[in-house]
This record gives sequence, C-alpha cells and structure tokens, in this order.
Amino acid sequence: MLKDLFPKKKRYATITPHPSSRDKVPEGLMNKCKRCGEILLSKELEKHLKTCPHCAYHFTMTAEERIQVTLDEGSFQAFNDRIRTENPLEFPGYLEKLEKVQESTGMKEGVLTGSGTIAGYPVVVAVMDANFIMGSMGSVVGEKLTRAVEQAMELNCPMIIFSVSGGARMQEGVFSLMQMAKVSAALARLAEKRLLYISVLTNPTTGGVTASFAMQGDLNLSEPGAIIGFAGRRVIEPMIRQKLPDEFQTAEFVLEHGMLDQVVHRKDLKPLLATVLSLHAQGGSL
Amino acid sequence: MAVDLPFEKPLIELRDKIEELKKFTEEKGIDMSTEVATLENKAQLLAETIYKELTPWQKVQIARHPDRPTTLDYILGISDDFVEMHGDRNFRDDPAVVGGIARFDGYPITVVGTQKGKGTKDNLYRNFGMAHPEGYRKALRLMKQAEKFRRPLLCFIDTAGAYPGPGAEERGQGEAIARNLIEMASLKIPIVVVVTGEGGSGGALGLGVGDKVLMLEHAWYSVIAPESAAAILWKDATLGQRAADSMGITAQDLYRFHIIDEIIQEPFGGAHRNPAQMIATVKQLVASSFQELMTYHYDELPALRYDKYRKMGIFSEDNR
Repeated sequence: MLKDLFPKKKRYATITPHPSSRDKVPEGLMNKCKRCGEILLSKELEKHLKTCPHCAYHFTMTAEERIQVTLDEGSFQAFNDRIRTENPLEFPGYLEKLEKVQESTGMKEGVLTGSGTIAGYPVVVAVMDANFIMGSMGSVVGEKLTRAVEQAMELNCPMIIFSVSGGARMQEGVFSLMQMAKVSAALARLAEKRLLYISVLTNPTTGGVTASFAMQGDLNLSEPGAIIGFAGRRVIEPMIRQKLPDEFQTAEFVLEHGMLDQVVHRKDLKPLLATVLSLHAQGGSL
Repeated sequence: MAVDLPFEKPLIELRDKIEELKKFTEEKGIDMSTEVATLENKAQLLAETIYKELTPWQKVQIARHPDRPTTLDYILGISDDFVEMHGDRNFRDDPAVVGGIARFDGYPITVVGTQKGKGTKDNLYRNFGMAHPEGYRKALRLMKQAEKFRRPLLCFIDTAGAYPGPGAEERGQGEAIARNLIEMASLKIPIVVVVTGEGGSGGALGLGVGDKVLMLEHAWYSVIAPESAAAILWKDATLGQRAADSMGITAQDLYRFHIIDEIIQEPFGGAHRNPAQMIATVKQLVASSFQELMTYHYDELPALRYDKYRKMGIFSEDNR
C-alpha cells in the first residue's frame, strides 16, 4: 500500500503479551465471550442473563442460575433431595468420579426438580446441569424427572424441563437406557391428563435425552446456537468421511428441519413461558 | 459359508484333525477309531467349556454372526400369511425396518423389527440394520394400526443402533425415537418384544417398550455398543472387549437386573448353528407370552406397562 512507503516512526514500544496469559481473564471479575472474544464484566454478563451483549452468544447456566432467572423470586421449592446414586454395574471409578463432581458442583445429582411459579402461574420444573458428568442421565436423574412429572399430575399443573445433556450415562449401562422409557411413560400419562409439557433444550442436548423427553414437548423450545442432536458430530464425521457444516445440529438448523417450535433469546424466554402458561391456564376454552 | 469366531479356533482345529484322521483311516485302511473316539470326546468337552462359559465379548460376536437368523427369518418361520407393509407415509420406506401383518398361533398380529442383511449387497440395502427416522415412523404407523384393529404387537430387535448420519439428524432421529417411546407406553394392545441379536441403545429401545421383553441367550442389549462406549469412556474404540465385560450387557445380566422378563435358550453354540430349532423355540415362547397377556383386557395393559418401567433404575434413598 501507498502509505507503507512513508513509514511512521513509532513513538511507543509494542508489548506482545505472553501467549499463555492472553486468554486468561481474572476469574470472577471478567469473562471472555467464547464466540466474539469480547471481554465482558461479570456484572454485565449477569445483567444480560449470561448472554453476550455483542454477539448474543449464550453461556452455559448452572441449574441453580436457570431457576433463579426463570422462576418468580423465592417461589422454588425443591423435591426429592434424598435420592442417592448407586453403582449398579460396579463400574470401576464411577463412585469416585461422582464424589468429585458432587464436590465441584455442590449438587447431589445432575438435575434439580421442584415446584414454583412463573409470572404467578404454578409449574413443576426440572433443570439439568451441564457440569454434572455432562448432564448425563442415570437412574437418579430418570427417577427425579419421573417423580417431578408425577408431582405435576398431583398438583394439576404444567411441567417444564430444561435439558442439557450428553445423553444417557454410560456408567449405569442399560439402567440409564431404561430411564428414557420410564420418563417417557410418565409424560404419556401427563398428556392423558391434558396437562401442558414444555421442553426447553439448552446447549447441548444430545443422545438419549434428545431421543426421549427433550423431544416430547407440546412445545419444544431452544436458545440460539444450542447444539441439539441424536448422534454427535464426532460420531457422524468419521462415519461419512466428511466434514459437516458449522450450522449442523444448531438450534436454528433443528428449527428449520421442523423439530422445534421456536428458538428464543434467553431474555425473551421467561415472557414467552408466561404467555404460553397464561394461554393454558383455563384448561381450554371448550 | 461358515464363519468361525476367533474363540472357536481351538475347537475348529481339533475337529479338522479328527476329519484328517478319519480320511486317513479310509484311504490307508489303518484303523484309527480309538484315536478318533478319544479326540471326539475331547472335542465335545472343549465345546462344552467354550460355549457354556462364554464371556460377554464372545457373546457379542455370536450376536453379530453373519449367519444368525434375521427378523424376516423369524417372521416367516413363526407366522403364516405375512403381508409386508412399506413406508412411513411421509418420506420413504426404510429397508432397515420391516413390518406388516400376519397370522400367529391362529390369530392376526402386527409384527415389526429391525432387519439386517445377508451378505454385503443385502446389508448395504438394509443399512446393516441401522434405521433412519422414517424406519421408526413406519413402525409407529403399524403399531397405531395394530391398536386400531386391536391385534397384538410383536417387535423384533437386532440393531447396533439407530443410524448416525446427516440425513437421520435432519429428519429428527431423536424425535422419531422419542415419539415411539411415548406412544408405545400408551398403546392399548399386548406388546411382546424379542431381542434376537444386538440391542443397541435408543435405536433398539425405539421398538422395545413392551409388556414382555424376551431376549435370546447370547444377545446383548445396552445403552450403547461396547466399542462406542469404549470410545467415549476411554477414547479408544479398540477397548470394546473391556466395555463389554464391565457394562452388564448380556441376557443373563439383564434378567438379573429385572430389565427383561425371559431368556430364550439358543441351540448349542448359538442360533446360527441350528436356525430351525431357534425359530421354533422363539415361536413357543412368544405364543405363551401372548397367551398370558391376552388374559388382561387391552385397556389394563398401559397401566401394567407403566408399573413395569416405573420400577427400573437403581438408587438409594435416605430417610432422615
């Protein structure tokens, strides 16, 4: 370029940060957007419900955070906190792994269930947590979900499940697989009672969870960019010896292919849930 | 074409030796009958040790044996007047799932199942028994039809899993299986499921919610195929054997776990050694299962099915 012919004398020394320190942002105070790289103050991020104000990237929420931003303040009452995970296959290292995860997450298992209200409407909610062995579903997750659905029938109110999961939990083998049938059977009963079920699929929802309750909603909703699928990209790509496009299995892709009702920005999710709940509040107009 | 499995090698070698000796006797006129008898005795003992104490991984290999009877062999072998039905009425016909109506034990039934191929060409056509969403939707169409005409439903399962491909994802593999789970839970007809070979993951369960679940002696059924489990757990698909041995995937394990209701004994050495006998045994047990279920009114069955699945899962509860 022309301007390169007239070099400007540099008045300042340029300091290149050490590569290892470049990605590090002081913990707790600031976060870096995983998509656009923008540095975000934690307070700002929280104000935006953990979404990037610049590119709308949706950060993962813990189950507790999700309950906080979705339910009316102070309305959540947890269910079944006394169910404990066992190691039915005596799978080597499973209980040790569980202990570690329980310590790091402060949760006993991968899902929180309970009752509460959204804009005053009573609901039963179940929220999975991505940090708990990939949000995988073993016997306890399946049992807590089933009890939650049964509780919704008891209370005669709608059920909302926020899923985030790598699928069925390997370490419990066929017991995990059967949770898919168990939770589905409970949801079949809920449907017979003509009670509303809303499934919110959050990033990522895959495997046996997609192939059961996550896809069984009267409404299936998701958040922008969430990965939703049955088989993972890592399984499909070697099988077909091709690279899949970036948008493959995103919520937008799944919406386009007809498996979701809406992809909703997190800030719009609670108002949408409130509207849908209000439209079902009288139990039908006929 | 006989296909021998690696763990059968010592036995095959011994049998070859016996054949050689017999030939030698014939050709040279030297009497080796005592030697032959000793070796045959030894072969019999060896066969018993091998087949009576099969490891889970060896069972996986028997379950995948190319000569193992397929769903169509069972359907044609146990019923009359089979009328095959094709297509999901939405997208296409999936050859990895077969189904239709037939006469079984004197009464009409609906039958569906995953279908593996015989030989390479047929397997390519059948997609190795791995169904696409339209396969599950075809099966669901036939199940709803069974309910409409109030006839029992028989499902055969032999699949490594639902097909993991771009088309399957685009057309909602997860949704198709999920739909079958919720619909099968509430069908007001007796449902008998037979896991004949491989019971791989959601792809198997998508046809597998029933009132009676039977499983062949050497079949496997789990949350995932052993090789895939190894790939996920230890990032190494070659550790399939280790996964098979630690995941509790055999019929004997599942019976102990109360996940299945009955084990169907296979002919000595596996179903492929005597398909006719295998098919006859399956017929007998399916018949008695339906007889038992038909003592209930069809309206009662979903509630019983609910109780059956409601109990599945292992956990403990503190009662502080």
